[in-house]
Amino acid sequence: MSQSTPASVTADIAAKRRFRLKGGLSLWVGGALVGIALAVAITAPLIAITDPVMSANLMNAEIPPCWEFPFGTDAQGRDIYSRIVYGSRISLTVGVVSQIVNSLIGVSLGLSAGYWGGLWDDFVSGLTNLMLAIPSLIFALAIMAILGPGLVSLVIALGLTNWSYSCRLARAQVLSLKSQGYVQAARILGYGDLRIMFTQLLPNMLGPLIVIATLGMGGAILSEAALSFLGLGIRPPFPSWGSMLSEARDQINTVPWLSVFPGLAIFFTVLGLNLLGDGLRDILDPQTTTRR
Amino acid sequence: MLPILARRIANIIPTLAAVVALVFVLFSVLPGSFVSAMNEDGRTTIDPAVMERMRKEMGLDDPVTTRFAKYVTHIVVGDLGTSFRTREPVTKLISPRVWPSLKLVFAAMCFAIAIGVPLGFIAALRPGSVFDTASMVCAISGLSLSQFWLGLMMMYLFALQLKWLPSFGYGDGGIYHLILPAIALGVGPMALLARTTRAAVLDVLNADFVRTARSKGMTETRVVEWHVLRNALVLVITTIGLQFGSLMGAAVVVEKLFAWPGVGSLLVDSVFQRDIPTVQGCILLIVTFFLLINMLIDLAYVAIDPRIRYG
Repeated sequence: MSQSTPASVTADIAAKRRFRLKGGLSLWVGGALVGIALAVAITAPLIAITDPVMSANLMNAEIPPCWEFPFGTDAQGRDIYSRIVYGSRISLTVGVVSQIVNSLIGVSLGLSAGYWGGLWDDFVSGLTNLMLAIPSLIFALAIMAILGPGLVSLVIALGLTNWSYSCRLARAQVLSLKSQGYVQAARILGYGDLRIMFTQLLPNMLGPLIVIATLGMGGAILSEAALSFLGLGIRPPFPSWGSMLSEARDQINTVPWLSVFPGLAIFFTVLGLNLLGDGLRDILDPQTTTRR
Repeated sequence: MLPILARRIANIIPTLAAVVALVFVLFSVLPGSFVSAMNEDGRTTIDPAVMERMRKEMGLDDPVTTRFAKYVTHIVVGDLGTSFRTREPVTKLISPRVWPSLKLVFAAMCFAIAIGVPLGFIAALRPGSVFDTASMVCAISGLSLSQFWLGLMMMYLFALQLKWLPSFGYGDGGIYHLILPAIALGVGPMALLARTTRAAVLDVLNADFVRTARSKGMTETRVVEWHVLRNALVLVITTIGLQFGSLMGAAVVVEKLFAWPGVGSLLVDSVFQRDIPTVQGCILLIVTFFLLINMLIDLAYVAIDPRIRYG
């Protein structure tokens, strides 16, 4: 590829400043989208029109979007809007809880490996490389196959398979922070290893870890949708966005609105998390450029 | 080059061995065996004596250690076991699936590289411009899309409504059947490559050697062609290698959506049929392929960047 466009890099600083503004914008737009998703999930019983599972009514089957049913109804006459509203609870639960599990595993392994070094470090690095060698969705799929479908299995499967990023990040951070004056000082003061790790090291690397967790949440929601779509995640009739798409697939030609809205819900939620993560990175982690 | 190749292969072997062990451990603790699953189907009730014989035939009653030893020795000679479901060798089940999967994955990656890299490159050369903003908004949107949903929407629009392309299946293996699945699969990596390329090029543009090149009077075109491109390429290629991993994960879902006869759809079907040897075989194959790709990427570094000589 030969690009002959001259670079206008003289305006470097100005561009950087504009870029920072953009980071601010993505923070606010992302925050708003995530805020809406959270609000919908929390107030689901209030803003849903009907019950997501029990409202089946064949008289209302397959009505296109209209005033009464803003997103239409499915083959059993259930209101798609209400099902999407309730589905947000599943997606956000899976996203948040699996990221908490990931962060706990990743941070404790990475922190201790970087701090203690030696054999333990070799072991953790080997484990991380092993995790990186298996595509995480494939690994999650294998775990789902063993545990069977359901919310708890999903959280376990996604929580066990995506910790390598936070682990590597935590380890790298510890290696660079370990020789800092305040860590040395804490050691001289006689602080124990665990106390140094949690009171001195951890607070100083929270920023990048929060960024990784935010971006990972979007990934977990996409994985949940994919697994539910394959029939390994949340099983119908419970309304997860992925399982709704799985049900809708066969009717794509006759009832297209069944497929459109759950996909849009996934898109805007994950977009919000990605934008929020990017925006947070600009604030919390000034060294790294937007790279993922 | 040869010693480097040898070292890379030596590096892969422990990882592969660990994956083999992990896959075995995962599935040897699986609570329902195939035989009991067949019974619980409710379709056919099996005589307990027959069940006992089948368990024995498949070696399910052996101690775990014996089974593991058997499993490993078989894998070493390229035998992935016998499918519980069809009683055929797993290799025979998988081999016709490999080519369609490879075709899909590489087509998706080519699409991602052909669009993502130039997009990020041009965006980085004009940071802050309308083009930059627009392409980065597209990139982050592409990262947020559910790939199977995109596939479903494209299927509806291009196959069912406009009737330009076939909606699913492999057809005669021609390009028409490949287009929709490859685009659905390629959008995610494309978006990521656009972002990585942009970040990498911006990094290089600020490097000292670029300033030196400019100050000695090199034209901007030469600077970009000669210095920026080569240096940014290393990071871009790393991303391409790592993306193969998530690409193959996503391929499972896209193959299932488009009824593509690849390894991924075989994997999903086997999971539902509790055909453990086939599941294990598919996972091993996918992991091996991913490791090999990343080994090739490592060799590509050496070719691109003379500073990287592994000892």
